[in-house]
Amino acid sequence: MINIFKNPSVVKQKSSRDDITMRVCMIVIGLFLAIAIILPLYAMFSKSLENKTGDFIGISNYIDYFSTPALFQSAYNSILISVIGTIIVLLFAFIYAYALTRTQMPFKSFFKIVAIIPLLTPSMLSGISLVYWFGNQGVAKSFLMGESIFGPIGIIMGSVYWVFPHALMIIITALSITDARLYEAATALRTSKIKTFFMVTLPNCKFGLISAGFVVFTLIFTDFGVPKVIGGSYNVLATDIYKQVIGQQNFQMGAVVAVVLLTPAIIAFSVDRFVQRKQVALLSSSAVPYAPKKSKGLDLTMLLFCSFIAFLIICMIGMAQYAAVITFWPYNLSFTLENFNFDLIEGGGWGSYFNSIKLSIYTALIGSVIIFFGAYLVEKGRGFYIGRNTFHGVAMIPLAVPGMALGLAYIFFFNNPNNPLSFLYGTMGILVISTITHFYTVSHLTATTALKQMDSEFESVSASLKTPFFRAFQKITVPICMPAILDISVYLFLNAMTTVSAVIFLYSANTRLASIAVLNMDDQGELAMAAAMAMMIAYTCGGVRILYAIGSSKILLKTQRWRIK
Amino acid sequence: MYSANASPYLKVRNLTKKFGKFTALKDISLDITENEFVCFLGPSGCGKTTLLRAIAGLDIQTYGNIDQGGKDISSLPPSERDFGIVFQSYALFPNLTIKRNVAVGLENQGIQASKVAQRVDELLTLVDLMDQKEKYPSQLSGGQQQRVALARAMATSPGLLLLDEPLSALDAKVRSHLRHEIKELQRKFEVTTIMVTHDQEEALTMADRIVVMDNGIIEQVGTPEEIYSSPKTKFVADFVGTMNFLPAKILSNNSLQVGENILICETENLAVGSTVTMAIRPEDINARNLDNSDNNVIQIEVLHLEFLGSFCRAKLGGGDLKDITLLADFSMSITRLLGIETGSKLKVSLPPKLIRIY
Repeated sequence: MINIFKNPSVVKQKSSRDDITMRVCMIVIGLFLAIAIILPLYAMFSKSLENKTGDFIGISNYIDYFSTPALFQSAYNSILISVIGTIIVLLFAFIYAYALTRTQMPFKSFFKIVAIIPLLTPSMLSGISLVYWFGNQGVAKSFLMGESIFGPIGIIMGSVYWVFPHALMIIITALSITDARLYEAATALRTSKIKTFFMVTLPNCKFGLISAGFVVFTLIFTDFGVPKVIGGSYNVLATDIYKQVIGQQNFQMGAVVAVVLLTPAIIAFSVDRFVQRKQVALLSSSAVPYAPKKSKGLDLTMLLFCSFIAFLIICMIGMAQYAAVITFWPYNLSFTLENFNFDLIEGGGWGSYFNSIKLSIYTALIGSVIIFFGAYLVEKGRGFYIGRNTFHGVAMIPLAVPGMALGLAYIFFFNNPNNPLSFLYGTMGILVISTITHFYTVSHLTATTALKQMDSEFESVSASLKTPFFRAFQKITVPICMPAILDISVYLFLNAMTTVSAVIFLYSANTRLASIAVLNMDDQGELAMAAAMAMMIAYTCGGVRILYAIGSSKILLKTQRWRIK
Repeated sequence: MYSANASPYLKVRNLTKKFGKFTALKDISLDITENEFVCFLGPSGCGKTTLLRAIAGLDIQTYGNIDQGGKDISSLPPSERDFGIVFQSYALFPNLTIKRNVAVGLENQGIQASKVAQRVDELLTLVDLMDQKEKYPSQLSGGQQQRVALARAMATSPGLLLLDEPLSALDAKVRSHLRHEIKELQRKFEVTTIMVTHDQEEALTMADRIVVMDNGIIEQVGTPEEIYSSPKTKFVADFVGTMNFLPAKILSNNSLQVGENILICETENLAVGSTVTMAIRPEDINARNLDNSDNNVIQIEVLHLEFLGSFCRAKLGGGDLKDITLLADFSMSITRLLGIETGSKLKVSLPPKLIRIY
């Protein structure tokens, strides 16, 4: 029955009460993100276009910057060390990842654990350790053949250490996604092992390698901790910002450098997103996972290589540990706990350590709740596509913003007397907000991945059974996604303990943090105490990680026994 | 049992669904009676699931109205409609026991805990899973999970039960057993049911009426018998069961020509000389007890014989057919009786009443 006379009107579905509630909640969290990331960034961009009295002067500051060789040199330096560091890390990480996923090398669990160690330590720790190894009184100073560790060599070595696990995890994931039958086909066609490697293995993980490359480049490029400790007089962008803002109170120039710092991060981020979209599903539903075969020669070579890398990692943290418990290097090597008397010097004391614990707990608890709930509203909401896509887009921004730029943007935004939120400046509150924002994206992506894996029809069933969304969220979604939520909490905790680049601009006398204390003590030449504080951070992170591993299996066993078939 | 004369419980009028430029449903109108078991049947992409989801409110239609139980539900969100739904994946809440899964809908209505427990026990007894009620979904087999999903959907006695390919994820033996169970449960619950399936055997055995769909339109609505023996369109004739299609020319009001053979059959008012398609089912081709009273007897040769267990499918050609081929199904008894094998030459008849013309 075709009704040709009546003009049909498009049906608009009525929004249920739950739909409206979910949208309101999402807008509230969206507002939080807007205040936490967009407005501060805008304030920073504006500042870079102003002169000291606040008048708009267009891009004069930028012109000044690019025509001052001394300032511009730092940009070149940053790029140079980032490129070299990236190449080294990718090479090491690829071989290490290959050994873990594609060979029958023994002791894999051990190597996996050792590879995670750099994630538990602040980036400065490698700098401090390198001073003890290769500094003026360094143990292995002769290895450098006359070159100084203070400068590009030190920065590269220190950066490679702490960036290694990030690259490793991405490449391991890329190498794990493979179909065994490709290799069986290659073997049936009598392809040599080497040709198979270049023809099958490398192309398969090319997106992982590209992704890892961009991530690593951005991390090294924007890092502050390592160059601060061991950069010497070799200027990089991150330390420049610090000098401009803290040293010379030239906020405008600081903003300019921060924008320059932002640019490669945004480019790397956009290219990575573009590349990710090109990655067609490499695994068909009938793919067979790859089970590596034993090969004595290969396994032994890999064992030697990984042992070497593991040895380097252990030496790095080992030296810091050693430095923390000896009296006075290199003259008095007797064991002592004196270096842990942080309150003796003006750097932050034990108070800063406990502030870090506070910050980390708040960030982990509040952060995981907001981020997971926000991800849920985006993934499982009905309709309102514009709102949900916008939210998701804004949630991606923090990943492209280096910590230093974020910290600076926060000064400009929150330290403004005209801003009603200025009461937050100098409090623990602003540290928590900045840290949650700094690490928002990865947490958000972890949450959406876990939510996507849930049967998409749960919401439809809940609607037909008239379950209010909050009850469904509490009783179904959260229990099922608990592993991911715990992952996010631990991720936030560890990062809050070790972060320094954003908080360096936002701490006050009452809210000094452990990582800041490490820098302060290093500044004052108290290297042993800096090492001790860095080790305190490492102990805490290591402890939490171990607790998580034990506890999660116990908790999951109790509350999630439904997972066991 | 449903009464075909009662006022329809579900009325779909001029329903159209567009996804951007693509029209998935084109001006669909349909009536479903109370307590009826209706199957939406069709190939992948025909729009049957889209129609089901529009009725549920999960993917709202672009144009058109839906009335359920006299109430206009066209623009209501799913939570304000009255239906229970079972998906292909069952979507059982993995972290709740079977008992708690089934109880969800009842708890949401604020019913007293003891009454909830009572009703849950009733339902679980009905689906024969009382002894599994403390288990978790991952500990049950596919068929058992199916029954739990049904019990959960029926717990609040909704007006409409929607099943989206509920048996597709199960293997053949379990499937045929469950067909029975679902039909039985539907009778016991006395609920209007719509089931989406691409399996015609399922539709034929379970449905009171079948809605055959293709490319976003309804090709035919009818009982299984009607759909099978009186398919209205070529698509339905071809989709349900197997059908032979041969080009033919109308000769008179009771005869047509296929190749060089003149066949007697009712041609209705089709113009003499027009080209049509003649259709006949393989099992309707008769080889047994042929005598002079049979019409449309032709001489053929068995080109190929396929053994299918309880019957043989023969490809007939040559003889009177020359280059034309026909598929014929011969039961094992007649195959043995007549000694039919590849190369056999025999006579078959095409009963006029069983010939269809498109």
